[in-house]
Amino acid sequence: MSRVELKINGNAVSVDVEDRTLLVHLLRENLNLTGTHVGCDTSQCGACTVHIDGRAVKSCTVLAGQAAGSSVTSIEGIAKGDELHPMQAAFRDNHGLQCGYCTPGMIMSAIDIAHRYGGKLDEETVRHELEGNICRCTGYHNIVKSVLDAAGRMKVLQAAE
Amino acid sequence: MGVEGIGASVVRKEDRRFITGKGRYVDDIKLVGLTHAHFIRSPHAHARVKSIDSSAAMKMPGVVGVLTGQQIVDDKVGNLICGWAITSKDGSPMKMGAWPAMAPETVRFVGQAVAVVIAETKNQARDAAEAVVVDYEELQAVPDIRAAIKPGAPQLHPEAPGNVVYDWHIGDEAAVKGTFSRAANVVTLDLTNNRLVPNAMEPRAAVAEYDAAEEHYTLHTTSQNPHVARLVLSAFYNIAPEHKLRVVAPDVGGGFGSKIYIYPEEMVALWASKKVGRPIKWTSDRTEAFLTDHHGRDHISKAEMAFDKDNKILGLRVKTHANFGAYMSLFSSAVPTYLYATLLSGQYVIPAIYAEVMGVYTNTTPVDAYRGAGRPEASYLLERMIETAARQLKVDPTELRRKNFITAFPYQTPVIMAYDVGDFGASLDAAMKAIDYAGFAGRKAKAKSEGKLRGIGVSCYIEACGIAPSKAVGSLGAGVGLWESAEVRVNPVGTIEILTGSHSHGQGHETTFAQLISERLGVPISQVQIVHGDTDKVQFGMGTYGSRSLTVGGTAIIKAMEKVEAKAKKIAAHALEASERDIVIENGEFKVTGTDKSIALPMVALAAYTAHNLPDGMEPGLKETAFYDPTNFTFPAGAYICELEVDPGTGKTSFVNFVAADDFGRLINPMIVEGQVHGGLAQGIGQALLEGAVYDSNGQPVTASFMDYAMPRADDLPSFKLSHTTTLCPGNPLGVKGCGEAGAIGASAAVINAITDAIGNNKLEMPATPDRVWHAIHGKAQ
Repeated sequence: MSRVELKINGNAVSVDVEDRTLLVHLLRENLNLTGTHVGCDTSQCGACTVHIDGRAVKSCTVLAGQAAGSSVTSIEGIAKGDELHPMQAAFRDNHGLQCGYCTPGMIMSAIDIAHRYGGKLDEETVRHELEGNICRCTGYHNIVKSVLDAAGRMKVLQAAE
Repeated sequence: MGVEGIGASVVRKEDRRFITGKGRYVDDIKLVGLTHAHFIRSPHAHARVKSIDSSAAMKMPGVVGVLTGQQIVDDKVGNLICGWAITSKDGSPMKMGAWPAMAPETVRFVGQAVAVVIAETKNQARDAAEAVVVDYEELQAVPDIRAAIKPGAPQLHPEAPGNVVYDWHIGDEAAVKGTFSRAANVVTLDLTNNRLVPNAMEPRAAVAEYDAAEEHYTLHTTSQNPHVARLVLSAFYNIAPEHKLRVVAPDVGGGFGSKIYIYPEEMVALWASKKVGRPIKWTSDRTEAFLTDHHGRDHISKAEMAFDKDNKILGLRVKTHANFGAYMSLFSSAVPTYLYATLLSGQYVIPAIYAEVMGVYTNTTPVDAYRGAGRPEASYLLERMIETAARQLKVDPTELRRKNFITAFPYQTPVIMAYDVGDFGASLDAAMKAIDYAGFAGRKAKAKSEGKLRGIGVSCYIEACGIAPSKAVGSLGAGVGLWESAEVRVNPVGTIEILTGSHSHGQGHETTFAQLISERLGVPISQVQIVHGDTDKVQFGMGTYGSRSLTVGGTAIIKAMEKVEAKAKKIAAHALEASERDIVIENGEFKVTGTDKSIALPMVALAAYTAHNLPDGMEPGLKETAFYDPTNFTFPAGAYICELEVDPGTGKTSFVNFVAADDFGRLINPMIVEGQVHGGLAQGIGQALLEGAVYDSNGQPVTASFMDYAMPRADDLPSFKLSHTTTLCPGNPLGVKGCGEAGAIGASAAVINAITDAIGNNKLEMPATPDRVWHAIHGKAQ
């Protein structure tokens, strides 16, 4: 067992975990943040994507101990109270989700993509960048639409700030 | 139409919890005292279990128990059942081997469970499983259909000689023979329909709890049909009587058919929760899902079509072998028979059809319904056949289709189905216009000048949704009825709860069904709650599969609403001192036509529950129930056209355009309908280009993770251009047809027809990987 101290969604936490505990299991089992999902065993599906210090990372590829000292944001931490993150709103408005299982990871990846590309996103880039997130329901059509829509909204917000 | 009524693309009510990480899936559930199960699974495709030694494992940290297949047999837990009896040509019933939830003697596919470890934590259960020693005696395995039917092949089950479950047929063999003897042209086609793994993104899971004080079990599980699960677990598996078993299917992360069935893991979790006296959670990992979620498709077929001198179809003869895997799954027997061969008429007038289907056992994961279930196999066969015929007869494939389209309805096919309505020409016109079919020759020539092979492929599908009526399916061997139930509760304050026996695992019922209420009462959808997925809350219902939820379940809601409205109108008329016949419902109010008198829905509801001033003899309350059994299937149909380019240097396929024109009758929420089409198309395209479950000659699965089974990813797919044509379904009051499976049914033929058109070689199997396409271009075996 080791003690891991890190920030999750802005809150400092300190948890004792088995050394082999993955970050995704720390979130789900120890902290009850069950919005982050597990969809495979091989880091292929991206359902567990979170942000570590602002960058999208598959939380099944990271030991909880490796995340010590970092700041982790999960799907539960991106809305401001009742106000949805623009990416969340865009997924809802564009029907970018069906069963909802891949959605948290998809949204976390998409936010990172929008940040990295700013306003320069196009369909081809979004499709290429989303290659690490698998969805079985939507055929990606409306996910791509959602990401492009949100990237536009985020750009407007940035300009306003 | 109100702003949230029929035809409005309102955003989904259920989305907020999913996009904020507040969805509640089975693996999210935690209970006090929860233990964790890990199954010990066979590494062999076919073997005898000689012994299981769990003594070392029992001493490992946190282990609560190790239970084996022999114990489950000793406790008289029932064997898994197949719920649809198929009769062979010779009149004999289908031949099935026994399937215990954990194998006591013989394992017949890689991944079959032989024992389970229960421990305090998931890791402890996994660690202890490593210490369980199972001694196997390997047997020769049957890895595929061809091996299964070879004379002298190893036998899986003594009950099924030659590994044959049934040898079934449909249609008029003599009539078909006659059409071939007078045919001007005969076209033949051999093809394979590749085995697919459903891969819902949420892996299967179960949380089982036994309450000793009440002798009552609760199972939270990833199910598309919790009531069916409870019925089967009670009546056949002897877990507990129905009134002592609650089954809850909370948020479920996709199903696609794979979560219809009641799996061994759920049975074992329930049984073991009483045995160890603790609640138990089991969550599949992805490799377990590849090994144990029931697969789809896996046919080998030979088809022959006879044409007259005017290119009119005279007859169709099909011989199909279907792979069932090692055991007969719940509805597996119906998939390659009544859900497949009955669709072989497609959109065409085919005067005579004869189909034979032989179902066989192999040492592979069981195969059952996967999105489309039999209809994709029929559509793929027929649409490749028509395309092949057009090339052989040297006519345009769209013209050959048009010449043979059914144009008068109702139309009785030679294979049971009676199509109620359709306009196949309209959807083909719409698709051809959307893709600029007329301009294709020019685009192909231009691509050729750039070194690319461009092809166009058409697929005109028809399918049958909402299997019905119950009496008819019963006469064909089904063990269940296929009606649906609904209950409408108007609460004393006027809010409305709709309890439905169907189940949503991504389809958006919470929104679509609420729109039905909004349309009728003029109330906002925020006033309506859809309740589903819990046998303690909802009366018996049949669940969701076969694109039935709206056509059958939605109609049940309408039927219950009609009763509620009739009673509410009586109450309103009484309160307003008017005639019941003069009451109309508008914007949530009951109005007396031609006057300004009205009473709001909450006041009517309150009157129903206070019962201070009801018409004489009326019961208090405002709640009604309906069970609806449809009179026929619904028949969605449409035309898909795919245009793509093949790089002759690499064999890689790139989409140029993919258009879909579907006729689903009336659309309740077009946004949700289009989402269903997108997802279906992705699975159909996945089958055509990427997906395929592969076993080696020993029955070892080669594709058991996302590393080696190619799931469609965002950059594998195009954006789709959708359109709709409309013929209203006359069989239900909403005029709706199912939309959930169409994409998966129609898409794969369009893709393969386009590739074979591009490369000028019709011999190409799915998945059409770059390797296969390259060899199809440049010769050498596939």
